[in-house]
Amino acid sequence: MTRLILSEKQMGITIQRMCHQLVENHDDFSNSCIIGLQPRGIFLSKRIVQHLQKWNPKNKLKYGALDITFYRDDYRRSEKLLVPSRTDIDFVVEGKKVILVDDVLFTGRTIRAAMDALLAFGRPEKVELLVLIDRKFSRHLPIEPDYTGDAIDSIDSDKVNVEWKENGKEDGVWLVSKSKSNATKTKR
Amino acid sequence: MQRKLSVKHLIGIKGLVPSDIELIFETAQTFKEVINRPIKKVPSMRDVTVVNLFFENSTRTRLSFELAEKRLSADVLNFTASSSSVSKGETLIDTVNNILAMKVDMVVMRHPKPGAALFLSQKVNSIIVNAGDGTHEHPTQALLDAFSIREALGELKGKKVVIVGDILHSRVALSNIYCLQKMGAEVMVCGPPTLIPKYIDELGVKVETNLFKALSWCDVANVLRIQLERQDIKYFPSLRDYILQYGINAEILNKINKKITIMHPGPINRGVEITSDVADSKQSIILDQVENGVAVRMAVLYLLGGQQNS
Repeated sequence: MTRLILSEKQMGITIQRMCHQLVENHDDFSNSCIIGLQPRGIFLSKRIVQHLQKWNPKNKLKYGALDITFYRDDYRRSEKLLVPSRTDIDFVVEGKKVILVDDVLFTGRTIRAAMDALLAFGRPEKVELLVLIDRKFSRHLPIEPDYTGDAIDSIDSDKVNVEWKENGKEDGVWLVSKSKSNATKTKR
Repeated sequence: MQRKLSVKHLIGIKGLVPSDIELIFETAQTFKEVINRPIKKVPSMRDVTVVNLFFENSTRTRLSFELAEKRLSADVLNFTASSSSVSKGETLIDTVNNILAMKVDMVVMRHPKPGAALFLSQKVNSIIVNAGDGTHEHPTQALLDAFSIREALGELKGKKVVIVGDILHSRVALSNIYCLQKMGAEVMVCGPPTLIPKYIDELGVKVETNLFKALSWCDVANVLRIQLERQDIKYFPSLRDYILQYGINAEILNKINKKITIMHPGPINRGVEITSDVADSKQSIILDQVENGVAVRMAVLYLLGGQQNS
């Protein structure tokens, strides 16, 4: 069973709202940087950077992509071979406020790996987390987002599909469940 | 689509399919970025122990493997045959099984006998990486050579590569021929007729005994050392004669009307197969090969080690 969580229009509004929240906290981003997590956080982080650039074209936003494959905790434990993607960070992370961006927060293990990976580039002043979808009550680690697009209740066997125009699909978020019990969307 | 290697061990390039080589290259590319970071190390293999078994002398390959293992956070054991029980008459399988009994996960082996790596992979329960078996194959060298050519020229498909020198005794030549052909490059071998194996044209390579003609044809020249230690008879009249006919110098490179890329797997005998001015010139990518060697070996170890359960 597939259920729409965010339509194209809602997704646009949600991303814009998170961008406003970012501006509230980071002002002109002179000491902040945005890092998208490979592979699925890249689309969201690029959209955010587009918005922020449009609002303030003079700002030189520092933007990078981080691959966390080598920091995962399931090497040799996963059924799948973990194939890496590119990391592309061409600025110094030392002393910066870093905003990590990913599409879905589920167990928190990816973010744990991302924080580890980030330290290879220096010691940031602060690390924040922005996610489009927070799958509540499914964390394996004590990790919570600072900026959330939408929070949903779901069970482990559900899948959250986030699609992007850039990926050749229609913008939107869908919940795919194997079971009949409906996941419910909670108000923030 | 789930990606993985088609092999469990890296014995030779012959057993790989082009998609394996492509996957190794892509992974090596990401590791190349890793080894240029302020912190050049990733924790992937922190619970893996690797033994480097070297039954034959090596500097570059052993250091390169050891560095690759350390950059991946693996625990590393080093073993050299001269200082071991092999000299007391222990067999290869016994040596390796004893080491594996100490809970070692992967074996990187160099051995003077062709086929040693394959033999070991059939007899012991571990992941084997061939770091050179006699005159047979040296797969990681071929992978890093091909990776370096791709980096310098953009792609391998349609490129013309000549391998110059002692083809007969070279495991680098054989692995390079397999690897380059699988990736769509054209290969020629060039050297004295006595140092070119009979029937090598059956592998689909061109054979040329004139260095000038070979260099005029190619985009890349991979220059090999004369392996005097493997030569039990005289294959050419004198070293001086070899230098005159097959030594690569600035003069002959200026005569051909294009800029070709110069490679050498090392160790270089300066003034023999290649002069210093050529080895140190801008068209030489010899030191890039060494840097890429670490990245490629990291990729091989990471991919083979990571598919243990898949």
